[in-house]
Amino acid sequence: MSALSSPALDDLSAAVLDQVRRQAGADAQATVRVEHATLALTRFADSAIHQNVADERVTVHLQLTVDGGRTATASTTRSRSDALTDLVAATLAAARLRPRDADWAGLGEPAPLHSAGSPDEATAVASPADRAAGVAAFVEAAGGLSTAGFVQTAALTVVLADTAGRHLRGATTSAICDGIARLSGADGVARSMSVRLADLDCAALGARAGAKARAGVDAVPVDPGSYPVVLEPAAVSDVVAGLVSGQFNGKAVVDGTSGLRLGEQQFDPAVSLADDPLGLGAVGLPFDTEGTPTRRTELVRDGVPVELTTDRRVAATLGRTSSGHASDVSDTWGPMAGDPSLAPGSGGTVEDLVAGLDRGLLVSDFWYTRVVEARRSVWTGLTRNGVWLVEDGRVVAPVSTLRFTQSYLEALAPGAVVVGSAVDPQPIRLMGPMGYNRVAAPALRLAAWNITGNAAG
Amino acid sequence: MMSMANEAARGGTYGVPAAVEAGAFEAATAAVEAALAAGARYADARLVDRRHESMTARDGDVRSLNQTTSVGLGVRALVGSSWGFAALGDPAGDADARRTGGRATAIAQASAAVPGPPMELVGVPAVQGGWSSECLEDPFAVPLAEKGDLLTGVTATMRDAGVAVAEALSQAWDTRTAFVSSEGARIGQHVRESGAGMHCLTVGDGETQRRSYPAFRGQYGTRGWELVRELDLPGHADRIAAECQELLTAPACPAEETTLLLGGEQMSLQIHESVGHAIELDRILGWEAAFAGTSWLDLAQLGSLRFGSELMNITIDPTIPGALGSFGFDDEGTPAAARDAVRNGVWVGVLAGRDSAAMAGLGYAGSVRADGYARLPMVRMTNVGLEPGPHTLAEMIAATDDGVLMEHNRSWSIDDRRLNFQFGCEIGWEVKSGRRGRMLKNPSYTGIGPRFWSSLDMLAGRAPGEWRAWGTPNCGKGQPGQVGHTGHGAAPARFSGVRVGVRG
Repeated sequence: MSALSSPALDDLSAAVLDQVRRQAGADAQATVRVEHATLALTRFADSAIHQNVADERVTVHLQLTVDGGRTATASTTRSRSDALTDLVAATLAAARLRPRDADWAGLGEPAPLHSAGSPDEATAVASPADRAAGVAAFVEAAGGLSTAGFVQTAALTVVLADTAGRHLRGATTSAICDGIARLSGADGVARSMSVRLADLDCAALGARAGAKARAGVDAVPVDPGSYPVVLEPAAVSDVVAGLVSGQFNGKAVVDGTSGLRLGEQQFDPAVSLADDPLGLGAVGLPFDTEGTPTRRTELVRDGVPVELTTDRRVAATLGRTSSGHASDVSDTWGPMAGDPSLAPGSGGTVEDLVAGLDRGLLVSDFWYTRVVEARRSVWTGLTRNGVWLVEDGRVVAPVSTLRFTQSYLEALAPGAVVVGSAVDPQPIRLMGPMGYNRVAAPALRLAAWNITGNAAG
Repeated sequence: MMSMANEAARGGTYGVPAAVEAGAFEAATAAVEAALAAGARYADARLVDRRHESMTARDGDVRSLNQTTSVGLGVRALVGSSWGFAALGDPAGDADARRTGGRATAIAQASAAVPGPPMELVGVPAVQGGWSSECLEDPFAVPLAEKGDLLTGVTATMRDAGVAVAEALSQAWDTRTAFVSSEGARIGQHVRESGAGMHCLTVGDGETQRRSYPAFRGQYGTRGWELVRELDLPGHADRIAAECQELLTAPACPAEETTLLLGGEQMSLQIHESVGHAIELDRILGWEAAFAGTSWLDLAQLGSLRFGSELMNITIDPTIPGALGSFGFDDEGTPAAARDAVRNGVWVGVLAGRDSAAMAGLGYAGSVRADGYARLPMVRMTNVGLEPGPHTLAEMIAATDDGVLMEHNRSWSIDDRRLNFQFGCEIGWEVKSGRRGRMLKNPSYTGIGPRFWSSLDMLAGRAPGEWRAWGTPNCGKGQPGQVGHTGHGAAPARFSGVRVGVRG
């Protein structure tokens, strides 16, 4: 059964709410969320499919509050009648035992959805053969190089209902092709993500990865130091993910770990960033886990940070209204953008951006990036899947892996940024419900990037 | 004959634990039969019933209380040299189980569209039995109010001491697995895991500082709530709050090359990242090239390559009682066994599965695990750790003229071949003329794996409590993503000529 045609979800949510009324009484407040998810992923390595998986499940999530602030949450993959009775009983027992939460934000107010979502049925029912065909196309187009990567298709339907009478339904799909080609120690990467499998050109991605690998052979070291850089969209997506998780995340503002200065010209005027879960090709749902409708949230306008991502609790703390970014992990990690989109600029192609470098580096991808200093948004990480030395506007040599330690906030400071003209949607892991989020990112040219190590240490 | 209650408390191998229901084996058996009937030459199935509870507190209040139950069936089928895996949440009966088994085979048949080389599986005994972890105090039987009092109490203590944010958490898992293979294995396991931790933040002029106890996300083991009691969170709340405030005015760790002393918790992560992942056979074979990465280790040098100094003895040991990576059987049904990974500094062993071991020409598996029923079993760390060394931390400090002592991980990053690493810690101290001196903030260090391990010149573990099996409950690997629970025996250690104080 496709995850997009799941009428039983409405019945399940009604059954849970009925149990809540029976067991907890009319004063209890509850939100139930029922998800039907299918996720299938075909992995390849050494140009052969070596792992091929499919998972189908219905999950019932319950948040139950009694006495105006004693709240517990629970979820289960059991969805038969007796299991739902047990779920409510266990959640109620837990809620009654915990102290009252003075900051409990209450149930959300009913609000119209901005969209019902735009899932793609063909993606939802994609077969193992469909994914294998994508793999075969990538492998073939790499022209005999060893290849590795994956093709994923996923579908998710969610029904959210609460004791105040709210009843929402939304759905989404996603498809990813992501792979590398390998030659003599050099890897080249190409990846893309969309709401539709049909949007992905796996052959074109395989060809691009192959060309990048061929251009990376016989890499040479460069010395640590500050370099101007051109970051390709895969590398840019990491910078965007770092900013939305650590700076625009409302919990980071509450905790004091964000260095964002709302309303100030903190970024170059060429930088405009939004979270756009319902945009073209985006894979967001029309409401968050608290039932708040999702919409386009402008985060940076012409270099000025203008908005944060919040859930109901964080929004209340900051004197705002929720921006619709609650998730199953937002209590712990904070509410963060799930479909960030960095606006294209006027910098042209990657080649055009490279042409503007006197001496610098062209970087395909970053790897294993971690925060070193939270408020300055200093991250360390490594280059991966190709980095090249640029002189006089031309790529002159592939470079071996480099370590950087760089403030993402300062890298995008006024006067430091030229934004490429084409947006290339990239998959990235930001705790999204289907494993991957989509970051729409153009290439960037940045005035300085702090290289702190190389293969020698 | 041992009573059921004693059996559950003591753990060990005593046949199928009573906690694993007979019906679970029926579903797994039906799935394996269906996979074979559809054309698989090998199949195995796991019916996993996993319960998880987490509680968090912040600034004196319980912030969240979440309980999850995840029940389902995962089936692996091998057709020719191609694998397929299918999972279904909460199978309703025989028909659902058989449908999932057949689906696994159909997926394996689709894999054959882009086939790999011929593949065999190294042999394992077809065990009919079981195992349970030792659990003296069932974590799910401890009253929620007691857990809440513990977590709110320590966060209130830290807040009262003046920190900006104080958070604490506890977690517990109860996992019951029925494993059936087409080779005749029928294994039941019941594993209970517990743990807790706390941290606080202070905010200064343009900076934040953090202190944790006993580690940022806590300390965990395959044990009951007795582990949490032993941690004694209340006994450390005032100390870490005071250190967190002192860090704001402490001098920064200097940028230099010096002697580095690492505490046990940071050592556990150093082992995890630069040794544990590097010895994963799937990475060495290139199976993770596009995602988790490869390894600098070359199989041709297994048994001869110098990984580190003579003091470096690393074991792969899923039999350590109470360690987070312990089990009786891995998720391919291979019985747990201890093995050397590095002996006297020489690389001698890998983490392997039945297919990867056969591909590499090795004769052992035993390190394949899955994150719940819905994920494919894959090569994972079990307990990968250092054996205790001949020194004590006090001796290491006394023997150091000029160095830096660092403890408690704050950030970690390592390249895709597991060579170039950079770690940041929460707190550091100068070591001058054999004494621990001033506190240092923002300590960090960087290096290249084998060069760093070759500079290991003192290793603690002789004094009581210095060596501990640390638990890492958040090891990410795999696509779709899987979260692994791993254990790492570690003790304080000293390294020479290390670059510290890396800044951006």
